[in-house]
Amino acid sequence: MTAVRYLPAVGRALRDEMAADPNVFVIGEDVRESLRGVTRGLLEEFGPDRVLDMPISEQMFTGFATGAALAGRRCVVEYQIPALLYISFEQIVNQAQKLRLMTGGQATVPVVYLVPGSGARAGLAAQHSDHPYSFFLHAGVKTVLPSTPADAYGLMLSAIRDDDPVLYFAPAAALPVRGELPNDPEPVPIGSARIHRSGTDVTVVAVGHLVHDALAVAEELEHEVSIEVFDPRTLYPFDWELLRESVGHTRRLVVVDDSNRTCGLAAEIVATAAEEMELEARPRRITRTDAPVAFALELERAVLPSRDQIVAAVRAAVAEGRS
Amino acid sequence: VNEDLYHTMLLIRRFEERVVDLVNANEIAGVTHEYVGQEAVAVGVCTSLRSDDVITSTHRGHGHLIAKGADVGGMMAELLGRVDGLNRGRGGSMHIADLGIGIYGANGIVAAGAPFAAGAAWSFRVAGSDRAAVTFFGDGGANQGILHETMNVAALWGLPLVFVCENNGYAVTLSQERSTAGSLADRAAAYGMAAEDVDGMNVDSVFEAASRAVGRARKGGGPTFLECRTYRYFGHHTAERTMKLTYRSDEEIERWRLRDPIVAAQASLDPGVVQRIRAEVESQLDDAIAFARKSPRPEPADAVEYVYASGLTPRSGVSG
Repeated sequence: MTAVRYLPAVGRALRDEMAADPNVFVIGEDVRESLRGVTRGLLEEFGPDRVLDMPISEQMFTGFATGAALAGRRCVVEYQIPALLYISFEQIVNQAQKLRLMTGGQATVPVVYLVPGSGARAGLAAQHSDHPYSFFLHAGVKTVLPSTPADAYGLMLSAIRDDDPVLYFAPAAALPVRGELPNDPEPVPIGSARIHRSGTDVTVVAVGHLVHDALAVAEELEHEVSIEVFDPRTLYPFDWELLRESVGHTRRLVVVDDSNRTCGLAAEIVATAAEEMELEARPRRITRTDAPVAFALELERAVLPSRDQIVAAVRAAVAEGRS
Repeated sequence: VNEDLYHTMLLIRRFEERVVDLVNANEIAGVTHEYVGQEAVAVGVCTSLRSDDVITSTHRGHGHLIAKGADVGGMMAELLGRVDGLNRGRGGSMHIADLGIGIYGANGIVAAGAPFAAGAAWSFRVAGSDRAAVTFFGDGGANQGILHETMNVAALWGLPLVFVCENNGYAVTLSQERSTAGSLADRAAAYGMAAEDVDGMNVDSVFEAASRAVGRARKGGGPTFLECRTYRYFGHHTAERTMKLTYRSDEEIERWRLRDPIVAAQASLDPGVVQRIRAEVESQLDDAIAFARKSPRPEPADAVEYVYASGLTPRSGVSG
């Protein structure tokens, strides 16, 4: 076991898979210099045909990955900022994601769209602070959002090996997290959630960096309420089975989501829980406000989910259940 | 013009005319975009390719597929939405594809397939092969950013990629004069890319230009831009005939018909040969339509069968 930070774990998975499979290659902006830190050392180890710097042409290089995939390669595309997915949206949801169906099963499009540093990073303002995963869940694109270095490693292996397009968000706020990585780490299956902490009073579903906030709250309140912290890890396909088990014994649900309020992941989780699960208290959502992120740090924090909000929602859910 | 080129052009022409009948008879759902008038481009270009080369096509794609060697029975079954269609009834006219022979699909979004061709061309080159890629698009596609992004990277990296612009004068109803500044060939020159202005109504001219471009690509000489000046006799799509649009005149259509590539090719062939090929084409299409009609319709329960390669089942739209 060694202690690693999040992005080096992602980078190591990419490196290991490039070593294992000569069809794997990585493209993006400034990946040879490794501006974002994931691709460090790959150019030296694998050479320029496996690590391609792209001009600032996000639509083109997203489609380039599709074409290479159709020709038998496996591509990891790095996007320097989350908003670049908006530029590439058509190529992901309307081309790559639909090709399998449109061709009646002829096409296989194994591409990973990697955003190392998704969501808000203090002070980057409206156009660099989004966490746009819910758009892609709506379109059925396989999407992972690991919260720890070990999951970051294991899900990157699975994402590269998957025969479908997979979106991979590495949340900016989780990048400082350190964690243990076994010497011979295993892939983490796409579609499997993880219970980080068992509890009996309320299930808190939290995604990405917010898992660590939920864990901190669970510890802070441990003498008051027993919180089960549920980390989906994969947002599509969602592990409804494990959530059903968890809510089955806690009977209360709080969802902490870094999307906007309307039609976000939390809305889907709460709707499904309302339809399919037995709840003793109204489910609660903590999401971003439906608004762009303003620049000043006070304003940025005001629209993002916070620990105080988690504490309040947990207390409200528990109080309602007991009354 | 040799017999094979004539045969393929005529097959495309008659395929499309029969498709129009089938759309009008509601046997084909939706609309199709007919290639009638442009046959010399697809045939001239695809005759210069091998079966392991790839093409990306457009919404007006039937001609490209036939010229690249797709089976007309499988195509017709696809247009009728049947399980024996090339795409098992999942794609239809606008997404019809045959990956096994390098057809990366028609596409419902203008110029969106261009970067696929670049990704494939790059893959061929790094694998050390001499395979080439062709991307078809229209004068409308020439105004898409993604096409220019692709031209830039293809020229920068010297990719074995041929850009075939089928300039039929109209982006739906908007004429080139009203949509396009400067000349298309000059745009290619700005990227340092070889460009040729090609008579798209002459199959021999297209074949010769395409052969030069593909030969250059195979030898590591980089991409070429072919502007093939052509014309579509029919509307943008089959529904246009009911719309009474005024964007072009009957006289203009008639002027282009005087330069018809199939009529010209026919004049150069022995009448006996022409008669035989015509009969062969009709018989091929009779068989194709019979094959399509006989093929079963897909089961509604199979609507999501091919969404994920991994076999994941998408969520249903109905609560349990």
